[in-house]
Amino acid sequence: MFPNPFDYYAPETCDDVYALLHEHGYDAKVIAGGQSLLPMMKLRLAAPEVLVDVNNVADLRTMAVSDTGLRLGALTRHAEMERAQWPDYPLLSATAGHIADPIVRNRGTMGGSLAHADPAADWGAALLALDARVTLADAARSREVRLDDFFVDTFTTVLEPTELLTAIVIPAPPRESRPFGQYLKLERKVGDFAVVGVAVTASLDDAGRVVTAGIGLASVGPRPLKAQAAEALLVGQTLSPAVIREAAEAASQAADPVSDRRGSAEYKRTMVRVFVERGLAKIQADWELVNRASA
Amino acid sequence: MAVEATEAQPLGKAVKRKEDPRLIRGQGRYLDDIVLPNMLYMALVRSPYAHARIRGIDVEEALKVPGVQAVLTGEDLAQMNLHWMPTLAGDKQMVLATGKVLFQYQEVAAVVADSRAAAEDAAQKVQVDYEPLPAVVDPFFALTPDAPILREDREEKSNHIWHWEVGDKEATDAALAGSPVRIKEVIRMPRVHPAPIEPCGCIADYQKATGKLTWYVTSQAPHAHRTVLAMVSGLPEHMIHVISPDVGGGFGNKVPVYPGYVCAVVLSLKLGRPVKWVETRTENIATTNFARDYHMTAEIGATEDGRVTALKVSTIADHGAFDAAADPTRFPAGLFSIVTGSYRFPVAFAEVDGVYTNKAPGGVAYRCSFRVTEASFLIERAMQTLALKLNMDPAELRRRNFIQPDEFPYQSALGWTYDSGNYESTLNKALALVDYDRLRQEQKERRERGELVGIGLSTFTEIVGAGPSHTFDILGIKMFDSCEIRVHPTGKVIARLGTRHQGQGHETTFAQIIAHELGLTASDVLIEEGDTDTAPYGLGTYASRSTPTAGGAAALAARRIRQKAQQIAAHLLEMAPEDVEWDGSQFVAKGLPSRRVSMAEVALAAYTNVPPGMEPGLEATYYYDPPNLTFPNGAYVAVVSIDRGTGQVRVERFVAVDDCGTVINPMVVEGQVHGGLTEGFGIAFMQEIAFDEDGNCLAPNFMEYLVPTALETPRWETDRTETPSPHHPIGAKGVGESPNVGSPAAFVNAVVDALSPYGVTNVDIPMFPWKIWEILKTHGLAL
Repeated sequence: MFPNPFDYYAPETCDDVYALLHEHGYDAKVIAGGQSLLPMMKLRLAAPEVLVDVNNVADLRTMAVSDTGLRLGALTRHAEMERAQWPDYPLLSATAGHIADPIVRNRGTMGGSLAHADPAADWGAALLALDARVTLADAARSREVRLDDFFVDTFTTVLEPTELLTAIVIPAPPRESRPFGQYLKLERKVGDFAVVGVAVTASLDDAGRVVTAGIGLASVGPRPLKAQAAEALLVGQTLSPAVIREAAEAASQAADPVSDRRGSAEYKRTMVRVFVERGLAKIQADWELVNRASA
Repeated sequence: MAVEATEAQPLGKAVKRKEDPRLIRGQGRYLDDIVLPNMLYMALVRSPYAHARIRGIDVEEALKVPGVQAVLTGEDLAQMNLHWMPTLAGDKQMVLATGKVLFQYQEVAAVVADSRAAAEDAAQKVQVDYEPLPAVVDPFFALTPDAPILREDREEKSNHIWHWEVGDKEATDAALAGSPVRIKEVIRMPRVHPAPIEPCGCIADYQKATGKLTWYVTSQAPHAHRTVLAMVSGLPEHMIHVISPDVGGGFGNKVPVYPGYVCAVVLSLKLGRPVKWVETRTENIATTNFARDYHMTAEIGATEDGRVTALKVSTIADHGAFDAAADPTRFPAGLFSIVTGSYRFPVAFAEVDGVYTNKAPGGVAYRCSFRVTEASFLIERAMQTLALKLNMDPAELRRRNFIQPDEFPYQSALGWTYDSGNYESTLNKALALVDYDRLRQEQKERRERGELVGIGLSTFTEIVGAGPSHTFDILGIKMFDSCEIRVHPTGKVIARLGTRHQGQGHETTFAQIIAHELGLTASDVLIEEGDTDTAPYGLGTYASRSTPTAGGAAALAARRIRQKAQQIAAHLLEMAPEDVEWDGSQFVAKGLPSRRVSMAEVALAAYTNVPPGMEPGLEATYYYDPPNLTFPNGAYVAVVSIDRGTGQVRVERFVAVDDCGTVINPMVVEGQVHGGLTEGFGIAFMQEIAFDEDGNCLAPNFMEYLVPTALETPRWETDRTETPSPHHPIGAKGVGESPNVGSPAAFVNAVVDALSPYGVTNVDIPMFPWKIWEILKTHGLAL
């Protein structure tokens, strides 16, 4: 349970990080929370020669809320999101509580989770549902990429070896609407990666019509998936059982699971349908509750 | 309410565990806490293949790693004739592979270095040239002529290890043929692992100057391990000092001797320095002894009114590459013959065939008394199938077949003499606690609403406390156990026993037994176990045997102390010994209750003022050879509902009523029951060590081998009935394993009960959500 030997750097600025990544290229790995990388290193499944620890980089720990959205530094810990009280972004706290266990949540970071790109991770699904973007930077440039364009394949993203994921940007929900969010996760035990994870978010107006909708899926494809056809079916509709059923069915078609010891592909696809249905039904129920209270 | 250890007359009281302040503050001393001067660290090189020929091993690069002291291979051990070792089950097992490997993660070489990190670095550099061979994973295939012979070392060219049978086959077949009602159920108990939180490990410390080997080891049976080590190594037994420090759970996993132990000893002998070896989690789960892996078929005959007439059981036991079970010598399938359970089967027959496959060797009794879990699971599941066939309430079926209180001692069809029990009263208590009749009514109403709700029963009988010397031995050593008590001049006591607790609470419960017998408090009695230089010989702690054996020895040793104490008390009271009596806490002059002497006063006199001619001191030792085993029983009721969307099963209620005879400490018993139920829950719903077709272990860590946490675990409702054992000195029976033995069937019976209206009679464990969902889909029940 000891990793292979490695060199360790703990720079304090982004520029120093970029310089180290430039110098070491593929031999270097960025470590933030370390909750996936360190176990892999201890099991000797990963053997980076250089670790660049970014925990001392203050610029990566910022959090900014504005009218247009939320900008979270890459070092935002899961536990911070679990405790966050942002009425405009209910899906964040709803998701964070499902990630691993409190010890991992205290340490693990949102940026690290996205860059690691485990298709079973919870943030991928939730942030796809929220239509988030990520900021990627190196010494020469900084670019913003839609999360849907960021994930390429299992453990693979568009990040260059010299680039650092610096921030996550989440657009604000539309005005004159109220956002709701649900994260539903089938796990074999607490702390387990999702067998199937479904993030559902929707902003509803006073009439109960969906203004925007987002559905993200974890663990049912080579990368986190965005169920865009299902999202489109919801916009402009009220969440009647028939609409919910149709969107859930469409979301399950977006899933691309494989059969393994956690269940058959058919089972997982069905769980997507069941969870989208339950998530949307809960959103509708929550909306009715809020509406009744304000009426 | 829990009471302090200073409570008088402690037997039967919830005395707070004396070991807890140390253990829960992190001040225990476990194997890996021990650091000796000059100590080296060992790491093992393990096979990536389940079955492969070894063409060669190159250790050159490994030896170049800074800090490496030596690399040991099977060929090195062969020169000392130590490349194979005996198993407790009478088979033999490779220490380091020579010729070929027979399971994935098998031990191939040992590397010892100045640090553990260096040892692991070097282990990675040992180059082994393998020629992969086809792996035999399915035990049924292993028995066919097409299967390759795995064990080339054996004379018998077959993967069949042994056949064992018990009972009257002809009479059983005849009774089955003549029975108007018959059921047959194929019941599988998959391979699981005890998975103690602390993995196995040892430090071998051979001192060349004295010739003495001190062996610190995570051991449930330190004396047995000393004897085995003496036999294997040729070291004289008195020059081996085994110390089993605090042990972080065993559950049967720390009974056998493992190859890593032998390697550490050999390397310490060779280098004259202490060598530490501690497993990783994967090494523990993937290589040390598993449990279960029984493929069972049960047939029951019955009359139309539900009286059982016969039981027939056949079983294939997958032992992996070596039969490394730790069963008593005469019982290759353990005490599986308790399979008639709590019921009056006039005839029965059971047979088991052991088989080799390319899997890790075993299997031990995981929190059970040698294959009793398999037996209980089988009979309790089969009784459910019979109830369904008869369309009879499963509680009523059990009532009609229970052994009755006036039939004890009861002679079972498969040869056991049950000591005592009142099964119907235990069941009635459990049914009252869940309000069974109302529950069945609720179930009916909920079913009408489309819900899937089930109620499952398990009314098991265990057989624990191995055991009487006429029947039980391991490698020839009789399975008695022992206690030595020393009362010091100020009335404080040290007692040592041949058992070795791993969390069971012996430091408290055995202190309670002794204190109660001597008129002291548990705080006056220090219990020491696990050091073979100080403790009397005993066979250790497993199979719920500690209280039935060492607990008996403790009571009887204390009574020996009291006999002598009475002589001294009489001397102090200036009376004849027969005119002095023990009132439960002090010696009292008959007819003169104000004239009394405490045990502390007697203790002082034992060293300062003994009667003329009496040997001074106040000590006693007792080796207790129990006349019989003890037969605890229980009645468990599980209530479950099934999510028709996901297949997830929710345990809505679980009531466990246990009868373990006299209770020494109700809090400790409850703790044991909670722990065992939680493990049973894990086995029923979460756990299986599965293999792919190449023999790769698919659950070699806690990511894949799932151990329940507080969040998954249902709320347990526990209660007791008390039917003392008539032959045990204080009437106690073992209890630690009952909940693990009895609960899996209750969970499955509840799930089957929920699905039985749709024709389901069996669900294989572990009952993963996807598995339940497939059943829901098949029967059109999935949402």
